Amino acid sequence: MGRNQKTSRLNRFVTTTNNTLVGPATPARSADAEINQQLTAADKLEMLGDMFRIRRFEQTALQYYQAGQMGGFLHLYIGQESVAVGTLSVRGDDDHVIGGYRTHGQALLMGLSMKECMAELFGKSTGCSKGKGGSMHFFAPDKNYWGGHGIVAGQAPLGLGLAYALKYRGLKGCCLCYLGDGAVNQGAYHESLNLASLWDLPVIYIIENNRYSMGTSQERSSAYRTSLAARAEGYNIEWDMINGEDVYEVRAGTWKAIERARRESRPSVLEISTYRYYGHSVADANAKKYRTPEEIEKYRQLHDPLRLWQRTLLEEGVATEAQAAELDAAARKEVAEAVKFAQESPLPAEADILADVYYEVDRQTVAGRTGRHFFN
Amino acid sequence: MRRITYRKALNEALAEEIERDENVVIIGEEVAQYNGAYKVTEGLWARFGDKRVVDTPISEAAFVGLGVGASMLGLRPVVELMFWSFAYVAYDQIVNNAGCIRYMSGGSIHVPLVIRGPANAGTNVGATHSHTPENSLANVPGVKVVCPATAYDAKGLLKTAIRDNDPVFVMENTLLYGESWEVPEEEYLIPLGVAEVKREGADVSLIAHGRAVITSLKAAELLAANHGIHAEVLDLRSIRPLDEEAILRTLAKTHRAVLVDENKPFCGVSAQIASIIQEKAFDELDAPVGRVCSLDAPAIYSPPLERIQLPTPERVVEKVLQIT
Amino acid sequence: MPSYIEMPKLSDTMTEGTVVKWRKAVGDAITLGDVVAEVETDKAVMELEAFGEGALAEIYVQEGQKARIGEKLAMLAAPGEAADPAGERLIHGQAPADSAPADAKSPAAVGSPEPRPDPEPARTGAGPVTGTAAPARIKASPLARKLAAARGLDLAGLTGSGPGGRIIARDIESYSEPAPQAATPSGAAPISVPAISPHDRRVSLSGMRKIIADRLVASKTQIPHFYLHLEADVAELTRLRAQANTAMEKAGGGRLSINDFVLRAAVLAATRVPRANASFAGDAIIEHAEVHLAVAVAIEEGLVTPVIRQAQNKTLRQISEAVKDLAARARAKRLKPDEYQGGTLTVTNLGAYGVESFSAIINPPQAIILSIGAITKRPVVNRAGEIVAGERMSIGLSADHRVVDGAIGAEYLAQLREFLENPTLLLL
Repeated sequence: MGRNQKTSRLNRFVTTTNNTLVGPATPARSADAEINQQLTAADKLEMLGDMFRIRRFEQTALQYYQAGQMGGFLHLYIGQESVAVGTLSVRGDDDHVIGGYRTHGQALLMGLSMKECMAELFGKSTGCSKGKGGSMHFFAPDKNYWGGHGIVAGQAPLGLGLAYALKYRGLKGCCLCYLGDGAVNQGAYHESLNLASLWDLPVIYIIENNRYSMGTSQERSSAYRTSLAARAEGYNIEWDMINGEDVYEVRAGTWKAIERARRESRPSVLEISTYRYYGHSVADANAKKYRTPEEIEKYRQLHDPLRLWQRTLLEEGVATEAQAAELDAAARKEVAEAVKFAQESPLPAEADILADVYYEVDRQTVAGRTGRHFFN
Repeated sequence: MRRITYRKALNEALAEEIERDENVVIIGEEVAQYNGAYKVTEGLWARFGDKRVVDTPISEAAFVGLGVGASMLGLRPVVELMFWSFAYVAYDQIVNNAGCIRYMSGGSIHVPLVIRGPANAGTNVGATHSHTPENSLANVPGVKVVCPATAYDAKGLLKTAIRDNDPVFVMENTLLYGESWEVPEEEYLIPLGVAEVKREGADVSLIAHGRAVITSLKAAELLAANHGIHAEVLDLRSIRPLDEEAILRTLAKTHRAVLVDENKPFCGVSAQIASIIQEKAFDELDAPVGRVCSLDAPAIYSPPLERIQLPTPERVVEKVLQIT
Repeated sequence: MPSYIEMPKLSDTMTEGTVVKWRKAVGDAITLGDVVAEVETDKAVMELEAFGEGALAEIYVQEGQKARIGEKLAMLAAPGEAADPAGERLIHGQAPADSAPADAKSPAAVGSPEPRPDPEPARTGAGPVTGTAAPARIKASPLARKLAAARGLDLAGLTGSGPGGRIIARDIESYSEPAPQAATPSGAAPISVPAISPHDRRVSLSGMRKIIADRLVASKTQIPHFYLHLEADVAELTRLRAQANTAMEKAGGGRLSINDFVLRAAVLAATRVPRANASFAGDAIIEHAEVHLAVAVAIEEGLVTPVIRQAQNKTLRQISEAVKDLAARARAKRLKPDEYQGGTLTVTNLGAYGVESFSAIINPPQAIILSIGAITKRPVVNRAGEIVAGERMSIGLSADHRVVDGAIGAEYLAQLREFLENPTLLLL
């Protein structure tokens, strides 16, 4: 792509000053993209419903976390729903997904049930990881969902490996590897970009740029301030910057990257702007210190992806207020059932502590029965 | 029986497994066109081509992690580290990903990965290239660690490691690559977690792994010739899983143990063995358990001094005499 | 107030004892006179009775551990009373960490710390260092402990040959070898021993051996010994013994040994020469009115000399039965102190081993000891001046010259021979 095109893209992120709900900078153009033209009303409503599902799930998780019914960390996705919904709405069945520690949204969209996700947060045996992973470690490899990884950028080489295996085995599909703006400063990410490009691997690195890597703003952590994705230039990788508030734009940008992966077996880096309403985690005591309450409030009021998408659907005449309320109610009902399921589910048994460590031991193969594996 | 080098034995294991399973792929620095930094992969690229033997840039975090990710989706990557000392730049991939993913996914993801390479001091390459991480990695539940001492063991253990469905770390030794042992022509496997008595004796057990086994065998010669003490040498071969029964068996026979270990002493493999012995063979002990490890400092460069920093037969003899 | 069970003095020579077995456990109610434990002294295993009452609150000296006389073995708490272990630990020489005076800076506290009971009497010389108040831990390998337990051996009686004196498996395995060793004198000065090779066996001194060593060194170095020997013609004695045993067998009685006759003769001789039945008492000589005959009995750990009391009143058969009983119980370490104390003269007989003649060391404070050798057949000149085949017994007498002069010793021996050569007198 040409230099001018890139420069224009760098200028795409605009700052709003008025107090009205703002929309995408170029709504018409994104909506016109072929991938978006294919959307039916039902598709669009489903996407709205998915956003409600994620938001209600996360809000409820917060409630029970604060009630002391969950342990560990809880990194909420609230405010970023359009990224997961937009990117995954164009995913094909053969495509694989892997992410970091703020990926409840992706997990719910990859077919993990709200029940098994909530049960995981409650540490129950019915959780998607049998209560062994927790908030950061949801997995469902049978649904092409490979986690859920707690170490910043630790998933970048794994996503690379998934793409490598797809290509090696001649399988269709690509790997969507989600990471945050903090991960782009890790060596593993850069090493992965180099190999992805060097070996023509079908992997898409999706940077969900919520502007803060834990408590440190992008301005204070990235030497190249205007773009994170642009670093991909150094690895000869196609990159794009996408306004995460605009579901159409997210879809269009992601689709291009997926097409590139499928057709050319080439990697991409997408930087999608977004914002999280809560702290880095629920335990983030300074969530309102490294950024102003006014800033948070502005995003909540003016840039909320759920409200924006709902408004879009109302304006398009695809949905009514009542339909939106119905979707919300359905999401709340699903969450309530998930909580009930999680609460009523049994804890893992004590013996489960030692299960799922070794394949060979679990299967009681000859190898699993040879030698001492555990030293309790 | 024919004699081949430790290096050649590893090379044969790799070639046989590449031929046997289409999902086996060799990945690492200089493994293909260069024929391997230590020539372990010599000839494999020419024979099997780009797909099966893959050169990487110097980028351990990426290619080790790639190996983990690819194994999750069905490949059986054999990732070579030019030195296990380089594992430290890929430690997150090795410990958090290879070691923990199966568990954190509730057993739904498997990591049939092999990482192999030399893990030894004694070649005067300085502290950064002389680490022996078998103790620290065996500390991670979910991974397996093997340390072959001979060409025969190297081939049999590596082949088994490649077929194992859990991550197996094979720690070799550059000082042994050129040594020759008897290795049969026909195919064989050595199970992980089975130790071997390399020399019989009734007076004291020398328990070791990797090159320390060779040191122990030399010490056993000296003990027999100069002191009339008959040492049994037990080669652990596999650190995790561990052949605890073999350890207890030899203890029940000799009632004395000196653990020989090229690890540094603090929390070294031999510390774990000693713990097991005191817990499970307490009443068999007729003397305290002795340990001979590398002297507790980073590996020194100066060649004559590094020789004595590692366990020597003389130090083993001295320790045996102390407890008998 | 809690009361304590202390290590009693159970023999004249006892300085420490080993708790062999606790018959009561912590928590058991104890009433006066209950047997609470078995204690091994230098000579025997004795029952230990409680003098206090209450619940057995804490045992300080465990089975197999030693304690000096007077050292507290256990505490009895009155019902409802809490144990006061802190007070007890002082006895063991270990002040509890929190026992420092509240005001550690007071001059008195700094200058004159609380005196602690010194559990150990002043020790002189370089004798074996054992028996500290807190019983010294026996260094033994786990395997040696297991083997010893399987064989019922007490590790306290062994010295280790392993590094640092640790008792190791070979010390247990070699223990069964019947290797009676000459008592190594344990004098005031260290005695250099040959370098110990790996094939040597080192056997630590048992309590009994220590006593033997100490007493015999004292005897041999402090008592001016002199020695007399004579031979007795015992042909008639052996004939008479054979007759008597034939008769007794028919009557269903036990057999008489030659030694039984010798003992009886020694007693009767003592009644005739009372100055030989005497003891040295520092500033006096005690001539004993009664003959308490001590008989040396070899047992596994060494030697004991049980005493036949008032032997002058006992018949040959009573003496025979008494010595059988005492010897059996001595070997089982079941003698009571008064059964091996208070002898007035001692007889030791090595005839059974074929020893013809020897001189024993005096068993203080007694004045004499008889050394009886084997009966041998040899040509002798009879009263008619003919050379005939005779049966002779060599008798040695070791005497304390402070008590007994040569003439008295000779007179005693002569009387003894008189009885042995006219054995029918012994049957009276």
